[in-house]
Parts: sequence; structure tokens; C-alpha cells
Amino acid sequence: MLKRTAIFEEHRKLGGRLIDFGGWELPVQYSGVMDEHLACRKDAGLFDVSHMGELEVRGDSAESFLNYLVTNDVSKVSVGQAQYTVMCHEDGGIIDDLIIYKRASDRFLLVVNASNTEKDFAHIKRAEQSFLESHPECELRVENLSSLFSQIAIQGPKAEAILQSLTTSSLSEVKNYWFIEGQLSGGIPALMARTGYTGEDGFEIYVPWDAGPVVWKMLLEQGLPEGMKPCGLGARDTLRLEMKYPLYGNELSDETHPLEAGLGWVVKMNKVDFLGKAALLQKKEEGLTRQLVGLKLLERGIPRHGYEVYSVDGLERLGFITSGTQSPCLKEAIAVAYVKPTHSTLGAQIKVEIRGVKVLGEVVATPFLKRK
Amino acid sequence: MNYPEGLKYTKDHEWAKVEGQIVTVGITDHAQKSLGDVVYCELPACGRSLKAGETFGVVESIKAVSDLYSPVSGKVVETNASVVAEPAQLNEDPHHSAWMIKLEVLDPSVLNQLMSAADYVKYVESLK
Repeated sequence: MLKRTAIFEEHRKLGGRLIDFGGWELPVQYSGVMDEHLACRKDAGLFDVSHMGELEVRGDSAESFLNYLVTNDVSKVSVGQAQYTVMCHEDGGIIDDLIIYKRASDRFLLVVNASNTEKDFAHIKRAEQSFLESHPECELRVENLSSLFSQIAIQGPKAEAILQSLTTSSLSEVKNYWFIEGQLSGGIPALMARTGYTGEDGFEIYVPWDAGPVVWKMLLEQGLPEGMKPCGLGARDTLRLEMKYPLYGNELSDETHPLEAGLGWVVKMNKVDFLGKAALLQKKEEGLTRQLVGLKLLERGIPRHGYEVYSVDGLERLGFITSGTQSPCLKEAIAVAYVKPTHSTLGAQIKVEIRGVKVLGEVVATPFLKRK
Repeated sequence: MNYPEGLKYTKDHEWAKVEGQIVTVGITDHAQKSLGDVVYCELPACGRSLKAGETFGVVESIKAVSDLYSPVSGKVVETNASVVAEPAQLNEDPHHSAWMIKLEVLDPSVLNQLMSAADYVKYVESLK
């Protein structure tokens, strides 16, 4: 039996094409991936992302505890601010990428990938146990609140205006990667964050689980006349890929580390010690063995996840494609791949093997699409 | 959607039109609906010999790659270059102008075993 978000029936009513996404029954599309993707960039798109996990870390020691678990510097985050980071194993491999929302000096909300919620929670609980054993006088509590939240993302140039019509909180004052806690029409409590996974301006909205359908319908009612469309998982993937945002399971995994994944900017080596620091320092010393790059093909074809990357003479295997698609906005094939550092500079030419044929391509600058 | 009477249909959601020794092959409306926006199409070179059931190319949507299967053994004598250049035509007119390949077939009567339009409609219903 697949899991369903609170908003499931609304997807059915909209004619969403439902698929099994990591154990969740969610729509991959409604009107079509291309149509939804373009609507999101032109007007707005609405996404049910309630399957994602929400973990809470509370207590006076919450900040220092978290700062040991993640690579970014949590001590630099203000109340009302959000921070993107990764969480690593001791060997530097990535457990998950996540966003931390600092709700109070002693209260942090961690939003994690749906597929990793249980893994992340178990990891943090083990760390909580160790921490309390060695610091019995400290205050710390970790809980999995995923079943308490519905999460809806509204993204696109008209996202703020559409959401503003449903709240008296002044959204224009919420800067990028900051959030407010307010109410939506009808008194529904909502954490509204200017964060997202599309490259467009927009908000991710956290409301009580049961309020999901009502909030979804309210947003649709306000947004449809503005050109907003409900967007499924298909468009969510093409939108993030145009921005070269990583997807756990494709670009990130337990076997990849943040430096090779292009996430060195969320690894603060000059902060206090954190899980994976020693390993990452060593990898930095030794030099990278591979690097994540953006690719475009110079000949016909679409590179896909898993396809192999070769040198132009076809003799040397350089790496593999982590994600690839036909970009709806650019109308050309784009891909992200791990390649040997010898071929990671802009303009470096490579070949991608597509159904036994090696197709010429080159390393390009990312994001593939420039947004202001 | 109306499935033209003059075509025969396969379980792989392709159609075949027999005109003497020449068999034209394409994908059905059900196929293009399942795929969504078609963004890429790869067809074989002229002169290539195909066996019944053999993969002769692919159609790709944004999300996925779908193999194309030859419904009959024969030699590729013509391919639709316009569909390769503008794959979106497959979404617009899959049964007519967006045909894919033409095969020269020694014994086209084997295609009588394929489904009629009425049978194909029932078959598509049964998949829901």
C-alpha cells in the first residue's frame, strides 16, 4: 500500500497521472511536463511536496549539536533564516542534503528528502543518544514531525502575489532564504519560507497535515486565473535540472562527498569540528578524483542517468551521467555528470554513449538557465 | 480518439498500413498520450533489414526512452525525416502525417494476424 499525502484526492480530481515515488503515490504530471514546467517559469507552479520529511531539534544545546552534524555553519543562521547544507558520514559521504529553518534560538526545523527521512532520523537519534550520554546536563530533544506537516511549494514570478492574497503577513519583507510564521485565510497556521527547488522566486509553505487540501485549493483558486498550474514530479525534476540543483540518489549519495559534488560552498572547514571534517580535509589535500559538471551535446541525442562518458577518442572512460533530459526552456539536451578532473574545465570535449553509439558533447557553465 | 479502420494494431501500441509490398509503421494515439511530449525520435537507416519484433529506433519524452518494435520482417525503404526533425508531430498526428518508417515486406499477409481498430480499442480499455 503506497503512502498518500493529505492532498491526494485533489490530485485525482485534477486528473494527475499517479506513480509510485519512493513508496508515495504522487502525480508525475497533470497537463504535461513541458506545459507545467513552462507555466512555472512564466507565471507560477504549485507543487505538493508533503512527502518530504520534517525533523525537529530543540533545546539549549540544539545549535551546537546540529553544528556538529552538518557541514555548513549553523551558528551563522539568525532566527527566521534558513540554510541549505549537507549531512555527512565520518568518511565524508553524504547522508542527505537538507534545509535548516531556525525558528528560535533553541528550535530548529530540518526539512529532508522523503527517501531519506527514516535514515536521517535514525542517524540524528543515535547522535542525540551519544550526545546526551556524554552531556547529561544538556537540553536536547529530536523528533520526527513529518506526519504533522503538509508542505506545498508555490514557485514562479507570480508566486508571491498569489500567496499574498491569502495572508496578511507582508511577504515582500521576507528575503531570500528567510521565512515567517503567520496565518493563511481561515486562521491556518503557516510557516512561509522564500525557498524552493526551481530557480524561480517563490515560497515553500508548511501547514498542519490536515490543512493540506484546503490550502492547496485556496492557492489554486487564486492562482489558476493568473496562469498558475499544478505541477507534478516530472516538472519538478526538469526545473531543478535546468538550475543544476542536485538530486539525492542521482548527484548525491552515501558514496559521493560534497567537494566533488560542487557543494564545497556549504562545507565550512573553518568552523568547529563536524562529522566528516577530517575525511573531507584529507580529500581536499589529495585532490578530487572526479567532479560534477554540466554537459551539452553537440550532436543529436539525449543523455540519461547512468549513460557512460568517454574521451573523444573513445578509449578512456571518464565518468557517467547522473541526470539528463531535454530542457523545456532551452529546447536542447542537458545533463550533469561526474567526470575525471582532466575533463572538467569549460569547453572540454567528451563523448556520451547512447545505445552503443558515442555522441560528442562538451562541458558547459551552469546553471544551464540564467535566472535573475 | 478514433483509430483508423484501414490500419492494423500491435500490443506495443504501433500501427501498420499495408499497401501491396510496402508496410508503413507508426505509433498509436494511445502511445503518444502515454509518452507525453515527444522530444526526440531516432529511426533506422534506409536499407536496414529488420526482423519481426526487432527494435528499430526510439521515441523519447522528457522523462523516458521508449523502444520502437518492427511488427514484421522487412527492409527499411523510407523513413520520415520530418518526424525526426520535429518529433512533436507524433503527439499531433500519430496515425497519418507522423508515420515513421516504410518497410518492403515479402509476405504482408502475416499482418492479418494483428488487431483491427475495434480489437485495439478493446485492448486499450483492458489496460486501464
